[in-house]
Amino acid sequence: MYKLIDQVDVVRSKNSGPYELTFDIMFKDKGHFDAFVDKQVMTEAVFAQLYGINVDMVKSVISFAPSKAVKITIVRPMASGDLGEKDIYGAQQHSPLLGFTYTL
Amino acid sequence: MKEFRVLSPTAILGYGFPAASFEEGMRRKPHAIAVDAGSTDPGPYYLGSGKSFTDRGAVKRDLEFMLVAAIEAGIPLIIGSAGGAGADSHLEWNVDIVKEIAQEKGLSFTAAVISSQIDASLPLAAGGETLSLQQMYPAPMPTKEDIENSTNIVAQMGEKPFIDALDMGAQVIIAGRTYDPSVFAAPAIRAGFDRGLALHMGKILECAAIASTPGSGSDCMFGTLREDHFELDTLNPARKCTTTSVSAHTLYEKSDPTKLPGPGGILDLRDCTFEQASESSVIVRGSRFAPDEGQSFVKLEGAKLVGYRTVSFAATCDPIMIGKMDSIVTSVKEKVASNFEGKISGYFLDFKLYGANGASFYTTNGEQSVATPAEVAIIIEAVAKTTADADTICSFARSTLLHFGYEGRKSTAGNLAFPFSPSDFSGGAVYAFSVYCLMPHDDDNTELFQPKIVHVKDGGWSV
Repeated sequence: MYKLIDQVDVVRSKNSGPYELTFDIMFKDKGHFDAFVDKQVMTEAVFAQLYGINVDMVKSVISFAPSKAVKITIVRPMASGDLGEKDIYGAQQHSPLLGFTYTL
Repeated sequence: MKEFRVLSPTAILGYGFPAASFEEGMRRKPHAIAVDAGSTDPGPYYLGSGKSFTDRGAVKRDLEFMLVAAIEAGIPLIIGSAGGAGADSHLEWNVDIVKEIAQEKGLSFTAAVISSQIDASLPLAAGGETLSLQQMYPAPMPTKEDIENSTNIVAQMGEKPFIDALDMGAQVIIAGRTYDPSVFAAPAIRAGFDRGLALHMGKILECAAIASTPGSGSDCMFGTLREDHFELDTLNPARKCTTTSVSAHTLYEKSDPTKLPGPGGILDLRDCTFEQASESSVIVRGSRFAPDEGQSFVKLEGAKLVGYRTVSFAATCDPIMIGKMDSIVTSVKEKVASNFEGKISGYFLDFKLYGANGASFYTTNGEQSVATPAEVAIIIEAVAKTTADADTICSFARSTLLHFGYEGRKSTAGNLAFPFSPSDFSGGAVYAFSVYCLMPHDDDNTELFQPKIVHVKDGGWSV
């Protein structure tokens, strides 16, 4: 069992434009990243479950080998700055990922 | 070897840079200095209100270095998304700063000012229909009312207007809303370099030293474009470009790192390679530009006024109250609604509970512990049609919460700790994004983004 926070250099969230949030996970180790991608540990369904959102809200899960990175993009809960906003830049929505556990 | 060198002084005009880094950049004889001045990240207020999110004094400080150096070296200085959001009021704000510096320093040059402001009639075809617009999911398709009610609508320009301005003899270009990479790519494309490589280099240079390690939004970056690759280098010995820092930046703020749609086509990075060239520099190869097949589009951004905001800050340290916060907040909202029934309607009242998911949209987490926090900070927020109504709703919600007799209460003298007197603050006008979609536009259509040439002689301006 692995805990994501122990395996990464970077876990971050940020707006990708005012209507999407994008999450970047950058692994420390190339072998671990390759296994994470090969075993399809992170999918639309897994992310939706972790964040308690409908799977339709997850736009994409993409891997990017040059950065040993997995990127998840979701529909923002509201347009940036709309009434009820909590995080204009979307920069503090990463914490559920830190506690994510998985097996390879 | 033929090459094109670009100095990117800072991530956003006004974020600053060390003078030593800038001077090192100039020693390397750049062919252009370019800077991105904007973003939608700070939210809809700045576009809607026409105000800059960067500070005038900080922008002037940065521009003074750039303007003096560019004029002395005889190279272009290109500013995109002026004033933060790129509407005409932002553009004028930025032009005014350039004028002031030109006067103080007695500079002479030819400038181009390029507006990106869109009149609401443009995206509304005959009959008020919006049929020619294309939705950018998940942004909603703007309605006729969204377009008409927008206080500012801007279109995002690509490289073409900059190339036109340079062809017209402009040395200093101050432009409205711009696709971030274009200010860096335009002079290189004009000089005959590959569009894909030029845009990818611009995409990284637009955030300057953020793409280095340790990253910083307040330091310079240097790009050198050659026939089949580009090289990125830091100008501060404390920072290095590494394959990790540069490739990681390719991911930043984008939904898909391999296909980046922009004006006129898609930047395709699927076959990109990153190679450590020296201790501080990285070479990138394989970036390709795929021009649109068929109709090209420009992105429109607009914002509209939704009301006026008043907030109040307070906190509680009472564990009984903290345990009942959700039901207390619901009751207070009901009391406010019933007290002003028939008097104030259409307001928004929210309680942001810091220490209890005030910042988190998402609470699901396998291992999350749900210990009761020792303190909860509360921001009471009211947004209404007028400041007077927002003041009333906020004030009444605050006084109701202060003395609310929730079940099991022991602390009957008052429920809230206030750090300030007065406790309530007016936040002014509140805006929302109202337009975010694509509009058909071809580069040969000069209706938009027409550069206006200005001659500056010893600091004096003439059109």
